[in-house]
This record gives sequence, C-alpha cells and structure tokens, in this order.
Amino acid sequence: MKRFHLASLAALALVMSSTAQAQTVKIGVMLPYSGVNADLGTQIDKAFDLYVKLHAKDIAPYKVELVKRDEGPPSGANAKTVATELITRDKVNILAGVVFSPSAIALAPVLTQAKMPMAIANAGTAWIPTLSPYIVRFSFSMWHPAYPMGEYAAKNLGCKTAAMGYTDFPPGKDSTEAFKTGFEKNGGKVIESIPMGNPAQVPDMTPFFTRVKDAKPDCFYVFIPSGSHASAVVKYYGEVGLKQAGIKLIGPMDVAPDNKLPAMGDAAIGTIVMGHYSKDLDNPANKEFVKAWEAEYGKNFIPDFMSAQGWDTMAAIFDTIKKLKGDFSDGEKVVDTLKNYKGNGPRGQVSIDPATRDIVQDEHAMEVYKKADGSLGLKVLGTVKQVKDQCKELKVGRCGGN
Amino acid sequence: MIGSIASILVDGLAYAMFLFIVSVGLSVTMGLMGFVNLAHGAFAMAGGYVVLTAMRYFGVPFIAALALTFFVIGAVSVVFERTLYARLYKAGELDQVLLTIGLAFMAIAGATYFFGPIPQHITMPDWLAGHIDIGLRTVPTYRAFLILIGFALVIALWYGFERTTLGAKIRAAVDNRRMAQSVGINVDLLFTLTFAVGSGLAALGGGLSIHLLGLTPTFALVYLVLFLLVVSVGGLGSVKGTLVAALVLGIFDTTGKYLYAEAGGFFIYAIAMAVLLIKPAGLYGRE
Repeated sequence: MKRFHLASLAALALVMSSTAQAQTVKIGVMLPYSGVNADLGTQIDKAFDLYVKLHAKDIAPYKVELVKRDEGPPSGANAKTVATELITRDKVNILAGVVFSPSAIALAPVLTQAKMPMAIANAGTAWIPTLSPYIVRFSFSMWHPAYPMGEYAAKNLGCKTAAMGYTDFPPGKDSTEAFKTGFEKNGGKVIESIPMGNPAQVPDMTPFFTRVKDAKPDCFYVFIPSGSHASAVVKYYGEVGLKQAGIKLIGPMDVAPDNKLPAMGDAAIGTIVMGHYSKDLDNPANKEFVKAWEAEYGKNFIPDFMSAQGWDTMAAIFDTIKKLKGDFSDGEKVVDTLKNYKGNGPRGQVSIDPATRDIVQDEHAMEVYKKADGSLGLKVLGTVKQVKDQCKELKVGRCGGN
Repeated sequence: MIGSIASILVDGLAYAMFLFIVSVGLSVTMGLMGFVNLAHGAFAMAGGYVVLTAMRYFGVPFIAALALTFFVIGAVSVVFERTLYARLYKAGELDQVLLTIGLAFMAIAGATYFFGPIPQHITMPDWLAGHIDIGLRTVPTYRAFLILIGFALVIALWYGFERTTLGAKIRAAVDNRRMAQSVGINVDLLFTLTFAVGSGLAALGGGLSIHLLGLTPTFALVYLVLFLLVVSVGGLGSVKGTLVAALVLGIFDTTGKYLYAEAGGFFIYAIAMAVLLIKPAGLYGRE
C-alpha cells in the first residue's frame, strides 16, 4: 500500500512537472559573447533581456527561459555544435539570435532535421532564409540597405564612379553585389572591388584605402561587420586622407552604428549610410524603447540597430507565445505564426513577408552630423517605405532558387 | 604613381619596424638557448596593456609609457624565466611548446577578464596625430615616428651586439654554447638578460602597435605566426637576419595588399616558403 502511495506521488510529480514545462517556453539564444565581436552580441543580448523583463507579465501564465550560448567565431565553426546541443541537451523550443551569416548557414540543416524554428536577429546574407523552412528573419537582408544605397548614391549623391571595400566573407560579397546592382542600374560605375581581410580581426586597412585614394572614385562604399571594424574604417578614412581627397564614405548602417559614433570623431561627419535604424529615429515606439533602455543600462551604453533587431525578434516570439497559448510543441505551427508577424518596434512598422520569411521594413538614408551639443548623430535625409529583400524580388543567384 | 609608391613604402616600412621590434628578442633567445617561446606574443600583448593602463588611468605621456612597459615587462619576464622556463631548458621541444602555449592562453584569458575582448584604442599626443609632408606625399606622422624608432633600435642593437663585450659574449654563446661556457662565460645569466631585453622589446612593439592595429587579448596568438615567420626567414639568433626578414615581409605584405587585394594575404607566406626552400636555416642562419 505504502509502495503504491509512493508510486502515485511520483507519478503526480511527473505530471505536474511536465505541465509546468509546457508553460515555460525555452529560448536558445546564440550570440557572440567572446572575441573582437563580443559587443555585437551584447547589443542583442541586452535587448532580449530588456524585452523579457518589461513584457514577461504580458504573456502570463506562460513563462520564457533564455538559455544563452556563445555562437563562437565569425567563421561559424562552432554554430552547428552549439545549435545541436541547445536542441538535444537543453531541449529548447526555439532558437533566437545569431550575428554572423556563416553561423546561420552552418546550422540551417540542423533546424530542418530537428523541425526547430529559428528567429534570426542579425545574420544578413540574403539567401539564408532559403536554407531551411524553419528560419524566419527579423533583422535584414544585405540587400535591404545596400540596393537602395546604390540607387541613392547614383541619383541623389551625384556619384558617377564608386569603389567598394568589404570584409571578405559571405555578407561582404552579398552587400557589395547588392550595391553594385542598384548603383549600375542607375547609371553609376563600380571601378574597384577590394576584399579587406576577415571578420575575426580588424586589419590594418591602410593599403586598401591607399588603393582607393589612387583610384579617385566619387564614392567609397564599405561593408564591414559593424562593431570594432566600424571604428577602424572611419579612422583610416581620415588618416589615409580619403576625406581630404573628396571621396565620400558611404555604406550600410554597419559603418556608423549609434554605439560607435561618440568615439568616431570628426572624420565621420558627412558619412552617408542606408539603414533601418538610428537611435534618433522619430517614432513613438522608438522613443519608448530608448527611454526604457537608458533607464535600464544608463545613458553611456547606447543601443544601435542590432538592439532594435533584438527587440523586434523577442517581440515576435512573445506574440507567438500569446497566439499559440504557450504551446511550442509543433515547430511548423510556430514558424507559421512567426512568418505572419506584423508589429511596431523601434524601427517603426515591420512585418514578415510570409513567402520569403524575410522582413519588410523602412530604409532610411542618413547622414552623420554634429548635433548642437557637439555629439555625433544620424540625420534622416530620405526614406524608402516598406522595402522587401530585393535579392529575392529580383531572383539574383542563390536567392532565385528555392 | 610615385606618390603611391612613396606611401606604400612608408606603410610597409612602418609595418616592418613593428615586426622587427617584436621579433628580434624572440630570434636571439631562440638562437641562444634553442628555447621555443610561443608566449613571446603574450609579452607583446601584455606590454600593450601596460601602455594602455598607464596612459588611460595614470595619465602617463605616450613616450614615458613606452619606456615604462619596456622595463616592467622586461622585469616580469625574468620572474617567468627563472621560475618556469629555466626548468625546461633541457626538456624536449614539445614540452617547451606546451608550457609556453599554455602561458599564452592564460595570458589571453587574463587580459580578457580585466580588459574585455573588444579592441582598445589610445589617444595619440597631438604631435603624433597629424600628417607630415615628405615632398611626394603626406604621410601619417605616427608611421614616420615608428620608422624612426625602428631605425634607432636597429643602430642601438647593432652597436650593443657588435661593439660591446656583452654583445661579443652573446654572439659567442649563440655560436657555440659549450665552448662559451668553458671559457667562463655565464650563459645562464646571459640568457636571463637577453630574455628580459627581448621581452621588453616585445612589450615596446606591443605598445607601438596599439595605434596601428588596435589591442585585443588575442594579439598574443594572432600575430605570433608573423613573428615566427620573421624569425625563421631571418635565421635564428641573427639581428641582421631579423631586420632583413622584417623588411622583406613587411614591405611585400603591404605592397601585395595594395596591388592584389584578392590574394594580398598570401604573399608573405609564399615568400617565406620560397626562402626556406632555398635556405632552410633562414637568410642569415647557420646551416
């Protein structure tokens, strides 16, 4: 009798724990927490944490638990192992994060095999969502900023010729191809295309920039993986004398992220970037976001476009939890809900295009300028409304096959 | 065109001087004791952080911070040499490699703990921040400064090696250690001394490289390959060899990146392979 009693207690405990588990959605977070690119991970990590802290009450009685792992180096070498561990050992319900495209590319087959949904918070190589039906991207495709930047440079900045410099890994090639397509369709001509080292280390860019200086283009389009590379680009731009030579520095928002602007100095003034976010963006959701961020982390820790992406990624996951009543057991259902997401975040109105599982958002041409108080900021010059990924629209290369 | 050649040359020379300053100590100590010190880059990295800390938190001027790091890291390296390295002089190369690579990893972890993984920068004094006109083209003052320091060190080292008794003893010990010992030269003491100077120079190179490359904890391993390349192309134990190798590799690397950016990174490896195929002991090494 006593024996039976114990067994039934154990069974009861088991049932209780399994229902408790169903109430908690485990989110596997993969971001770079080490190496020269750790600050990119931090931007998204802090946004995730802040969103969860402020909105945990909205999804009651359901809960979320973040299981955080280091994504590893930008080569993506660790990504597959880390994703597999999160899925099989930590038994997460969804993956979120990933800064580097090679990581996303490496782990995509694991998602398909495990039927595991993933919400990408950065990794921008255009064709990533085509790699697995379980990927939904809340950040951007390289073509989002780069293609309109090409158009804008040719039409509005008066650039007839351009040189391109890029960090030599998939998104770099993607970004420059997108810029070139947009630029040359509108009558511009690209005269130089220079790979500038790998993403794991910030290289001495002097020889590359000297070459650009001698080629005398009107504009110099640069792609680098934001963060520490961005500070270096502006430093060499001033030091090698491209600014004095009248060559305009342009690029996606990675070249002038909000959190690196204060340390950039006057060489950055006049730089034109195309992107979906700046801390100074004028919309109510962003004002609220920046206020909450500064209240939590202080004024010296500045959010940038990656934080905004992180915020929207978590918002979409929370939205899905509400719609599915905390039931994340069916990966396909989760993806179906995620890919129909529409919301208002720091970037303004964003939605997912269900056909491509990629984001639709506004892109702004912005100029670095000196504010009245002497600090640097981004001024919006023009906006392209609700941009879809042009790589998939135009069916370029791997974006066409699906 | 001539302007471009001038600026590539200046950039290449500046880079070469950085390579020379860091590598020369490694070359001499390896030639002297045959000790494979893979933690050499860690001393350079630590030297960089000493400069950074002195300037940022104690307001020490740049030049004084460079002198400080030379002596601080030189002194610290003696502690390591006496307590750890000395035990493994007679051990095999594998043991030496394991010890020193372990030290390098610990140094990286330690630096990450205290300074974080993000590249650090220092603000240059105004007189080094601008450009100077060299007639053909303006070049960043800092690079010109680096070249001057490099040549000053070359002359100082040449004088010390070739014209002083201490230098003669070191050369004797590198040439034939047992013979040097039997005529009464205290090779162990000599080694401790050169090790300290070598590590001090590495630290100086680390400090000088902050403005060029930014400073991260992984400096200890990322640039180690380059230092070893310089040492093996130049030949162990030869100051002249290290200088020539640093010049060749530094200038070719910069030129390669300028002319053929797509393949730029491979140039120095191709050159190193070619040299070592023809002269396996390096340009000025003893066969």
